[in-house]
Amino acid sequence: MSNLTPTAIGSGHEGNLRDQVKAYFSRVKNGEMGALPAIGAMIVLSLLFGSLSPFFFTKLNIANLFVQTAELTTLAVALVFVILLAEIDLSAGVAAGVAMDIFYLCLKAGLPWIAGVFVALIFGALVGLVLGWFVAKIGVPSFVVTLAFFLGFQGVALILLGDGGLFRVEVPEIKAIMNENLPPVVGWGLLVLMLVISLSIGLWDRARRAKLDLAVRPLSILLTRTALLGLLGGFIVFFLNQNRSAAFKPIAGVPIVIPIVVGLIFLGTFVLDRTRFGRHLYAVGGNPEAARRAGIKVGMIRISAFVICSMLAVVSGLFHVSRIGVVEAAAGRSIVLSGVAAAVVGGVSLFGGRGRLVHAAIGAMVISMIDNGLGLLGLSAGISFVVTGSVLALAATIDALSRKRSGGSLTRS
Amino acid sequence: MDTPVIELSGVKKSFGPVDVLKGVDLKAYAGKVTALVGDNGAGKSTLIKGLSGVQPYDEGVVKFNGEVVNIHDPRQAGAIGIEVVYQDLALCENLDIVQNMFLGREEISQLTLNESEMELQATKALQSLSVRTVKSVRQKVSSLSGGQRQTVAIARSVLRNAKLVILDEPTAALGVAQTEQVLNLVRRLADSGVAVIIISHNLVDVFKVCDDIAVLYLGRMVAQIETKNTNQADVVGYITGTKNYDGAN
Repeated sequence: MSNLTPTAIGSGHEGNLRDQVKAYFSRVKNGEMGALPAIGAMIVLSLLFGSLSPFFFTKLNIANLFVQTAELTTLAVALVFVILLAEIDLSAGVAAGVAMDIFYLCLKAGLPWIAGVFVALIFGALVGLVLGWFVAKIGVPSFVVTLAFFLGFQGVALILLGDGGLFRVEVPEIKAIMNENLPPVVGWGLLVLMLVISLSIGLWDRARRAKLDLAVRPLSILLTRTALLGLLGGFIVFFLNQNRSAAFKPIAGVPIVIPIVVGLIFLGTFVLDRTRFGRHLYAVGGNPEAARRAGIKVGMIRISAFVICSMLAVVSGLFHVSRIGVVEAAAGRSIVLSGVAAAVVGGVSLFGGRGRLVHAAIGAMVISMIDNGLGLLGLSAGISFVVTGSVLALAATIDALSRKRSGGSLTRS
Repeated sequence: MDTPVIELSGVKKSFGPVDVLKGVDLKAYAGKVTALVGDNGAGKSTLIKGLSGVQPYDEGVVKFNGEVVNIHDPRQAGAIGIEVVYQDLALCENLDIVQNMFLGREEISQLTLNESEMELQATKALQSLSVRTVKSVRQKVSSLSGGQRQTVAIARSVLRNAKLVILDEPTAALGVAQTEQVLNLVRRLADSGVAVIIISHNLVDVFKVCDDIAVLYLGRMVAQIETKNTNQADVVGYITGTKNYDGAN
């Protein structure tokens, strides 16, 4: 930030590239670290596993890592909506499980798969509505009500499917999401589309500011950011477009699920950053009393957050069914805790009001890497739980400390 | 004298058997700062809650710019131009200054938030109060000092075109320099043509910035005097009930 004209009130958009970079580092120093610790962890973990296991950096493993992360990422993104309100949804995983049981029953009853997906999503919305109602209107702590649903839905799943049931889901369209790849050229096309959209939004914002004679950041920042995004995306697409099959039949291309997850994150981020609803969600998460006095319907915001969370959780359940090809009564019991861990590890604050969807995606990548890497090293599942738990504890500590540093109180309001 | 922005006459409020306000009169004029002083339990908060619509009065006449109004909820108080800046300020620390100033009344264009328009208006509102202590309108409120937060809360009422701004203990939690800044801000706010009512326990501040002093004692308005016609010792007397106000002295 430039201080050449001390009397003027700035907007943080002033100054050249150097001032902007300086301002960024000073924000980081003040505790606004965002996903930086998680990105650091990602780099350290990949170096560690890469040096310990020759399989870690194989094309097949990296592609698998991306696909396996899709489920967790979607669930973590879902949970961000309630975590932003300093709430929690422990039932998201099993609710998705029950939704998939209902999906299976729809298929069995002869409904087309798309109708089954629709019914499952409606079920998710209803679950969110009920959870939100308990939290917002009755005032039951979300931890308790979602724990009750977590237990209850496990029972519902058993009742719907019967004991120990595993049922195959034979829908090629669903199976394709996690198991099929886009033709290489489509992968490139989608990447270019994403870059064009991202760049146009940036230019559009600049134009709007310039029209009102407001300071604008140097164009070089926007271009650099787009270039970095293009480089990273280009590298991933290029990598995934290589043949990664060890067998005779080649496997190449971006898995179909990846553009779906990227699209969901983009859409969700747009809603959170650029709509009144998103602004109010952050406000309620930051200070519910201030939000209420500003005329925001706090109860409606809470209910909507739970509805969005449960519906996105159903999407994650759909990815799960697509990957393993079966519905089972035990689905979704353990993944929800990994989802919360992913969000927190990525830098979403459990105290509410701070965090972004992309943070949850990065956190999900870290959690999946730990799982994947330790598995490749032949270590037991027990070790994996211990390490994941430690990482979560570390992330929650960083969250609490950075909140302290940025001047907030440590109590939930 | 011209019409007061707000004129209360014979306002009463009781909670069960307890009469908190026993027929209170109060006037506040555009461009003037009126202090509302009184000991704990004198009824200051109850009086303000009636004006802001949080707890409507039981009896009495409220005139806004000479017209009788019936304020029964906060939204309506805001709509006619009454803004209250509470002691705890009601700001979201995780949002920036612009976002806080427009909270609940965001500007929208093409279905999305019109950030640039809001930023422009917020900057103008701060400039109209000659605010110099704020570096950037895109700073998060968590990074602001107590005085700066008070500034943001007051500027928010300017943005809403308030005709009457009520400040509840605006300097209670502030240091010396910041108190000075906020008092100057209050003065400029009044000079811009707004009627300001300040609730304060600090008589030094009151005498520094207020044009009128209204004293509540056990639910009655025992004095409303121009600051220049009185002194601190007398006002302390009115507040504690050891001295009676006998008109002009």
